[in-house]
Amino acid sequence: MSRKNLQPFIPLFSLLVALVAGGMIIAATGKSPAEVCVRMIRSTFGSGYGMGQVLFRTTTLVLAGLGVAIPFKVRLFNVGAEGQLLMGSFAAALCGMLLPQAVNPAIGVPATLFAAMAAGSIWASAAAWLKIRYGVNEVISTIMLNFVAQGITGFLLTSRFAVPSTVHTPAIVPGSMLPGLDALFGLSWHSPANLATLIALGASAAATLLLSRTRYGYTMKAAGLSPEAARHAGIDTDGRILGAMAMGGALAGLGAGNLVLGYKHWFEAGLTSGIGFMGIAVALLAGAHPAWILLSALLFGWLDFGGLAVNTMVPKEVFMIVQAVTILAIISFPAMFRTRFLK
Amino acid sequence: MAIPFPAVRLSGITKSFGEFKANDDVSLTIAKGTIHALAGENGAGKSTLSNIIYGLLRPDSGSIEVDGRPMSFASPRQAIAAGIGMVHQHFMLVPTLTVTENITLGGEEAALFQPMPMRRLEREILELSKQHGMEVDPRATISSLSVGEQQRVEILKLLYRKARLLILDEPTAVLSPPETERLFLTLRSLVSEGRSVMLITHKLGEVLAVSDSVSVMRRGRLAGTIPTASATKEKLAQMMVGRDVLLKTVNPPQQPGEPVLSIDRLDYSAPGIARRLRGLTLNVRAGEIYGIAGVEGNGQSELISLIWGTWNRRARVSGNIELDGRRLLGLHPSEIAEIGVSMIPEDRLRFAVIPQFGIEENLLLGRHREQGYHGLIGFDRKRLHRDMERITGEYDIRCSLPGNPPVASLSGGNQQKLVLAREMERPGIRLLVLAHPTRGVDIGAIELIHARILEARKKGLAILLFSSELEELIALSTRIGCLFNGVITHEFSEEEVREGRAEASGFDQEIGLHIT
Repeated sequence: MSRKNLQPFIPLFSLLVALVAGGMIIAATGKSPAEVCVRMIRSTFGSGYGMGQVLFRTTTLVLAGLGVAIPFKVRLFNVGAEGQLLMGSFAAALCGMLLPQAVNPAIGVPATLFAAMAAGSIWASAAAWLKIRYGVNEVISTIMLNFVAQGITGFLLTSRFAVPSTVHTPAIVPGSMLPGLDALFGLSWHSPANLATLIALGASAAATLLLSRTRYGYTMKAAGLSPEAARHAGIDTDGRILGAMAMGGALAGLGAGNLVLGYKHWFEAGLTSGIGFMGIAVALLAGAHPAWILLSALLFGWLDFGGLAVNTMVPKEVFMIVQAVTILAIISFPAMFRTRFLK
Repeated sequence: MAIPFPAVRLSGITKSFGEFKANDDVSLTIAKGTIHALAGENGAGKSTLSNIIYGLLRPDSGSIEVDGRPMSFASPRQAIAAGIGMVHQHFMLVPTLTVTENITLGGEEAALFQPMPMRRLEREILELSKQHGMEVDPRATISSLSVGEQQRVEILKLLYRKARLLILDEPTAVLSPPETERLFLTLRSLVSEGRSVMLITHKLGEVLAVSDSVSVMRRGRLAGTIPTASATKEKLAQMMVGRDVLLKTVNPPQQPGEPVLSIDRLDYSAPGIARRLRGLTLNVRAGEIYGIAGVEGNGQSELISLIWGTWNRRARVSGNIELDGRRLLGLHPSEIAEIGVSMIPEDRLRFAVIPQFGIEENLLLGRHREQGYHGLIGFDRKRLHRDMERITGEYDIRCSLPGNPPVASLSGGNQQKLVLAREMERPGIRLLVLAHPTRGVDIGAIELIHARILEARKKGLAILLFSSELEELIALSTRIGCLFNGVITHEFSEEEVREGRAEASGFDQEIGLHIT
């Protein structure tokens, strides 16, 4: 079989290696990997609650993953999805809190989602602007902006907006909350899964369409694959950099729809808990393809909640190692294949 | 004394990459003290073969003998030890180090932390360079040297390492005509001392001018080896392509019309760099091919970037560029294209195509704004597919893969034909700018490209042609302007070019006088 035909199997192969490695780590702590695996599957796909939890986690990961994947198409590595999600969540909580108590959901929900997307988008665009204007590497600027976002939200929360003697803001108004899946489909999962899951599905479909069909997507890909040729063809490459980053930031910020509008209904310390960083792994595993991100996010969502569910058998730290090794394997295997076979 | 062993004898060399046979049963012998040319089109397997001799690649089968001893090189280090040296097309020099440091790099005699005997090394290198007529300052840093001088450093590096067989990969691609002549003199002096040279080239004129014998490769196989004395251009071209080739382009006379492109006293200086254009003035009329002769680096790229709107906006520019009376300076490529300018840049893989994109997507590049290609959402895929099928037929674009394969899988000639097709078919086109349209293109494709350029002229397009091949300029141009140091130093009129074309030789030397 030639290299071309092997290409699609590389992610699957690295996944397999990662699972075997994970199993070995679990075995090294003295537990049976098979038993842990069975427990994980039973506690996730075995119950409505488990499935809902996996879906809930998957949803934020899909949006964060898209936030990384779209800038990736113009060769930008957006490490700042975490900061963009933080800013989006904080903006959503503020907007939802400030809206009139009796606001109609048809206005309240879009307004709050828009606030989240705008905040994420501005945060990402700052990095794009630094890149276009001064040639600042976006990896460094987005990492730094993550810290700034953490600082800003943390400071404003504790000094100004937190409900006294708590670490969260007041709840958003009912008119800007997203209904849970239970209410929508008459289920009784009692899980945090909500309408944002469908929004994430729609976002993935829209991103796929944008990249594969539209003229804007075409020019974006051209600018990413060969900036010089694109510029020569009269494509505004700087504009595409800004556009991709703005879109990516907006999508990462939209993750607030799931966390704030759909579940917590407020902003609290530690709300995002590194989901933005996990989004990088999601995007990489999917090869930055917006449709494959659904599957890759599902895998990480499952690992996330599954790890929590077997906490009594395997300590959380061990599961962190398993997750990190998975990401490492997924990133390094394709690179290994490439260096082997391309001359 | 017995008959001396040949410098290198290759027998039955075969090398495959996947299913593709880059070298198929190649056997050839390079006699000591001769210049042996290796000719062939791009992708014929010349580079693979030289990399095998130099130890960069290992053959699947076949054997190599150096000075009569069988050899098997696992790395260039072993090949160097056996007296083989190679000058790559892209130089392997460290720009920030001096000539001496570059030459001794990798062969340092001093221990790791011991200071190098710089004085002595510099003296040695100066002597070596004088001995072979390749003067360079041993203390100069590489980045301060001209391309021709850098090449001399590369050759000195080989001599310093006592190479007896020198492999030169397309050494003249970057040289001006006088520099080329000087290189050939050096090569002759080297072989007169008993060294051997393998000269890889696709320029037939050079093969005839300097080599003793020539091997021609075609699609990985050896088409034949003949003594240069019995070779002619036609014969070599026929061996390279496998059929008779029309080397002389038929260029019927045509009366040009009104000026389309007028460039008036154009000045250009980028920040921190000396003035690159100094009051350049020229005009191109409808139905005319205006050829620009000149050694690279005399303002060609600056002129092209000004016409196409891709110039550095921080540069200082004065003068005027007008197309049908409309000012082009200050506009962006998209606007310039819309006015009716098409551009074929010199480095197509970098500027003209996106190698990962398919043929269809590349046909769209730069033309994606045209209404005709727009569908309900995105592009009109059906029309695009129809155009692709028509163009690949009309321009004889061949690809080994079915459907819409990535352009990276096409040969250089086919890529160039694709770019040509895309740019010539732009609706409402008035001016066609061609920068080295046949560089790195195989002979068979050159024939077609030249025919299409003349056809475009017949349709009344104004064509501005940049080329480093004087032969090409003479064959196609209506008038020729000599570009030197940022200004047209001399312009050959229609009659002069027509007469020059009719002459057997001499005209190219006349042009050469004005560009150095």
